[in-house]
Amino acid sequence: MKETRPKYLKLSGLEPLIVTPESNFVNVGERTNVAGSKKFLRLIKEEKFEEALDVAREQVEGGAQVIDINMDDGLIDGKEAMVKFLNLVIAEPDISRVPIMIDSSKWEIIEAGLQVVQGKCVVNSISLKEGEEEFIHHAKLIKRYGAAVIVMAFDETGQADNYDRRIEIAKRSYDVLVNQVGFPPEDIIFDLNIFPVATGMDEHKLNALDFIKATKWVKANLPYCHVSGGVSNVSFSFRGNNPVREAMHSVFLYHAIKAGMNMGIVNPSMLEIYDDIPKDLLERVEDVILNRRDDATERLLDFAESVVGKAKESKVDLSWREEPLQSRITRALVKGIDQYIVEDVEEARLAADKPIEVIEGNLMTGMNVVGDLFGSGKMFLPQVVKSARVMKKAVAYLLPYIEEEKLLNPQEGDSEGNGKILMATVKGDVHDIGKNIVSVVLACNNYEIVDLGVMVPPEKIIAKAIEHNVDVIGLSGLITPSLDEMVHLAKEMERKNFKVPLLIGGATTSKAHTAVKIDPQYSQSVIHVNDASRAVTVVGDLLQKETSKAYKKSIKDDYEVFREKFKNRSQHKEYKPLETARANRFKIDWETSEIVTPKELGIQVIEDIEMEKLLPLIDWTPFFRSWELHGKYPDILEDKVVGKQATELFADAQCMLKSILKGKKLQGKGIFGLFPANTLENHDDIEVECHPERSRGIGSDDIELHNVSSSAVENHADKKYTFRTLRQQLKRREGIPDYALSDFIAPKKTEKQDYIGCFCVTTGFGTDELSDKYRKDLDDYNSIMVKALADRLAEAFAEYLHKEVRIKHWGYAANEALDNEALIGEKYKGIRPAPGYPACPDHLEKLTIWDMLQVEDRIGVKLTDSLAMWPASSVSGYYFGNPEAKYFGLGKIKEDQVADFAERKGISLEKATKWLAPNMADD
Amino acid sequence: MIKDLLQERILILDGAMGTMLQRYKFTEEDFRGKRFATWEHPLQGNNDLLSLTQPEAIAEIHRKYFAAGADIVETNTFSGTTIAMADYHMEELVYELNYESARIAKIVADEFTAKEPDKPRFVAGSIGPTNKTASMSPDVNDPGFRAISFDELRIAYKQQVEALLDGGADLLLVETIFDTLNAKAALFAIEEVKEERNIDPPIMVSGTITDASGRTLSGQTAEAFLISISHIPILSVGFNCALGADQLVPHLEVLASKSEHFVSAHPNAGLPNAFGEYDQTPEQMAEQIKEYLEKGLVNIVGGCCGTTPGHITAIANLVKKYDPRPTFVESV
Repeated sequence: MKETRPKYLKLSGLEPLIVTPESNFVNVGERTNVAGSKKFLRLIKEEKFEEALDVAREQVEGGAQVIDINMDDGLIDGKEAMVKFLNLVIAEPDISRVPIMIDSSKWEIIEAGLQVVQGKCVVNSISLKEGEEEFIHHAKLIKRYGAAVIVMAFDETGQADNYDRRIEIAKRSYDVLVNQVGFPPEDIIFDLNIFPVATGMDEHKLNALDFIKATKWVKANLPYCHVSGGVSNVSFSFRGNNPVREAMHSVFLYHAIKAGMNMGIVNPSMLEIYDDIPKDLLERVEDVILNRRDDATERLLDFAESVVGKAKESKVDLSWREEPLQSRITRALVKGIDQYIVEDVEEARLAADKPIEVIEGNLMTGMNVVGDLFGSGKMFLPQVVKSARVMKKAVAYLLPYIEEEKLLNPQEGDSEGNGKILMATVKGDVHDIGKNIVSVVLACNNYEIVDLGVMVPPEKIIAKAIEHNVDVIGLSGLITPSLDEMVHLAKEMERKNFKVPLLIGGATTSKAHTAVKIDPQYSQSVIHVNDASRAVTVVGDLLQKETSKAYKKSIKDDYEVFREKFKNRSQHKEYKPLETARANRFKIDWETSEIVTPKELGIQVIEDIEMEKLLPLIDWTPFFRSWELHGKYPDILEDKVVGKQATELFADAQCMLKSILKGKKLQGKGIFGLFPANTLENHDDIEVECHPERSRGIGSDDIELHNVSSSAVENHADKKYTFRTLRQQLKRREGIPDYALSDFIAPKKTEKQDYIGCFCVTTGFGTDELSDKYRKDLDDYNSIMVKALADRLAEAFAEYLHKEVRIKHWGYAANEALDNEALIGEKYKGIRPAPGYPACPDHLEKLTIWDMLQVEDRIGVKLTDSLAMWPASSVSGYYFGNPEAKYFGLGKIKEDQVADFAERKGISLEKATKWLAPNMADD
Repeated sequence: MIKDLLQERILILDGAMGTMLQRYKFTEEDFRGKRFATWEHPLQGNNDLLSLTQPEAIAEIHRKYFAAGADIVETNTFSGTTIAMADYHMEELVYELNYESARIAKIVADEFTAKEPDKPRFVAGSIGPTNKTASMSPDVNDPGFRAISFDELRIAYKQQVEALLDGGADLLLVETIFDTLNAKAALFAIEEVKEERNIDPPIMVSGTITDASGRTLSGQTAEAFLISISHIPILSVGFNCALGADQLVPHLEVLASKSEHFVSAHPNAGLPNAFGEYDQTPEQMAEQIKEYLEKGLVNIVGGCCGTTPGHITAIANLVKKYDPRPTFVESV
């Protein structure tokens, strides 16, 4: 008799992972998922694979036993991204030691992934959704590639949402896999669909219980298989209330694990220890999870409010005030507490020989601690900016004493800082949040900052750099035309024989652009630095005499290698001629397509938007990102690493918002117009008619709309305008159309009257004044906060106005009922693409919008030389109302389209090339 | 049938082909033979080609190993893929090389089986790792680059497998695996052939632990390697090459305790000396193999680089006194 042993799920990366009944719950890391992590999505989109690898590494270091990798996003070539990322992961033994979960809804991506991983993976997922034949085919291949599989409880008729359907689908899937495919049962993992409870809807009451019961059934009846799921779904309706959510997760897991669930996606920081849940909360949560009472939801809701209240109470601990002077100063700097800094600094001054020693000694000691903590990732940007506020306050207090000292001892020169750095947002660009943050952080590290502000012309940068004899020049920009400005400045610096290093930063910049376009123009160092934490080390390495030479050389070499590699990129993309792309345009059936005539044609102005209306529509995720805290709101508030900091920042932001609203410190204005329009013969141009007589004033309940008087528009009555759109040219799979925005408007020859809208909104009036006021008060933290919030409000205004247009003014979605999250997630019908963004990256069309709506005259928003909007917190764009209209990314285009565009627009090829350069494919 | 034998006793795999061929001191001319006298590229060193140009030598070596006590000999096809043969521009000859090599070995095996019907002899079609790797980049500056894809490997392996089976190989031996992904492509190809032909030849899989790190070149531990190749039914799993018999012990212990398959080992005759020669004697090697037997680690044992019929004789004599490693099944 042979010995027999039980069958276990065995997976492998470089090392084994064996799942036995005794194993703890297997936690799957899911930050490397473009659908679940905006940060990861951004990194992949921007091809920042190095940083994307860091995301994977952090998860493994954080204890993930398997990492889920997903590249399903409309704007990514998922197969290419999956293969590229996996190949890089495989090359990192500290990541690839764990097994990989290849996650995609597309089989071709799954298969491509299976072909590059040597270990035994998990495929996530397959199901009976498309029928048995496809299910069997895929299962057979998965087995042959040597992977385990997640099977979703989904079949031809839909997703299983009750107990019976879950077990029916699980049983059927299991039987097919084990009996027909010969799939090892221990390699089958069921995802039985975790859905939210306590939503207020009766049909959701059993969601958790049915999952748990079905898990139990599956484990009892389908030998050796496993059960998995995404746990945070269950508490979805309590977002924002962590104590309740944590308790819900623990209670759910407690019962689900007892029933046999042994794998899943759980945020470890979002789990309360089951035994530590207060009895009363536990009872109410269990009532909900196990559906023990009819009023379970209401009772938990009531209780939830009290839990939130309690969590907020906290006592201020002042015992640190008893500590020695240096500890107090250090603590004040590290914690950003400015309450006591003046008295502490005074004490230090009295003890010192010279006032300058307080800066060089006490304060720098504290700031070094800040620098170390920040450098090692234990402090985050908002905290550092708060530290800077304390530092500035201390220095400001000391300055008069230092001046006095100088008068007494004039022979002693100025105390030398680490170096002088010029910072500027380039000509034509108005965005400066990132630049200000970098300035503050550098200032904290004892660099003197010469900040020239925004829209700084190159000659001024050159002149000021010479005047102040700076050691480094830092340029920032957010919009694409700024890239050219940076190239231009690099050329100027070379011409003027500059020797100082040039730092490049800002949302639109990249290492690729810096290496390929800027670096070759300047024989000295050019370095792309996109976050504040790196800025400190880079500047340190550049200016430290001992390291500087070697560092500069290594950077120059690195960029050269990067440039070469970039030029020899293996994946040579192919493009279609414009005519071919046009023939393959996105075709709407205009015979059947529903065109809704706008209820209110013409132009309307919103003089002063009530900001309160915008608050629920704020998309907070980008706000955190501007402070270099990465993660999706609201999950970021509970993030293991940055959660605490994010929560603090969020509270400060709420505080500032309140004060802005209360004091009416910012003013928001908007303008929009809806017009008859049709696409012209060439398919890419949209002709728009401005009929002033059709402008009607319809009063609105909640916004004061000022209809533009007909005299104001008379001067361009009956005028026709043309929007020139750009068309995708990248060669892709058969059957995928090559989009241009014009595809969403009916062609003239169909003789169907179609419509288009355009708009501009701003919440930026007052931003600069307010921000400057804080800055003068040495409060960079709030100075930056104001700008970051104004940006969010402008986006929220755009969202709000779009909704009003859909429901009321155009009225094609009069019955729309979407919550704020769905709005932020762009779940609505119709689109509002903005010039300068992926669907229409050309900024020139803004001029047409400005001309049509007379934006500057009417609401005061201006366009700079580079066509950035001023005030910076503004949004403009088009409205497309067709239900088939969707967002897309233009990608790169070829010279033929640039020439065609120049001709259509009646501008020189040179001008067109200048504006479209960032979107042109280089050969 | 081989499965039944393995329950009863430890089977002996042959020793090195290359070491034996070196003794013939074949010249460039010998490698070419008449048929390839005018081949445009140098051919010396293309050992697989000798199955066509010096078939008698190949048959003689097989004969010596069977006579020394081997139950299984490996075909002379370690480099028999279009990928490895590209070095000699002989991609077109791949089918013929494998077919002939298997045929030669099978004829010799049948001779011996006829003589000693109670000790049947087997031919294992040798499937080497190729000279490219699917999960590592040859360019240190571009870790995401790959010189070969899974599909390219799969297609090349499929061709080799078909020819080996057509030529009469009884088993397939995917060996000297330094990159598990290459081996998975070979196993994928074998599964395709099995399905298309509705056959089920026993498959042996043998990895290579390259150094003291205890991992394959592609970074896997012995157990991770085992898990990664266990998705299809195989006869045996083991290790060969790179290390001497004593150094393989800890890794074989992992396989022996974790694998429900039979376990094989064909180590080198120690580590090479400064001249790249192996000087471990048959007795020395047998002494080290003794540890495998005492610990019950193996079901199949033989030799890799540097081993000769002398080594195989010593090992074959030794194993007679020992029981094979007991196996287990994973089930209820």
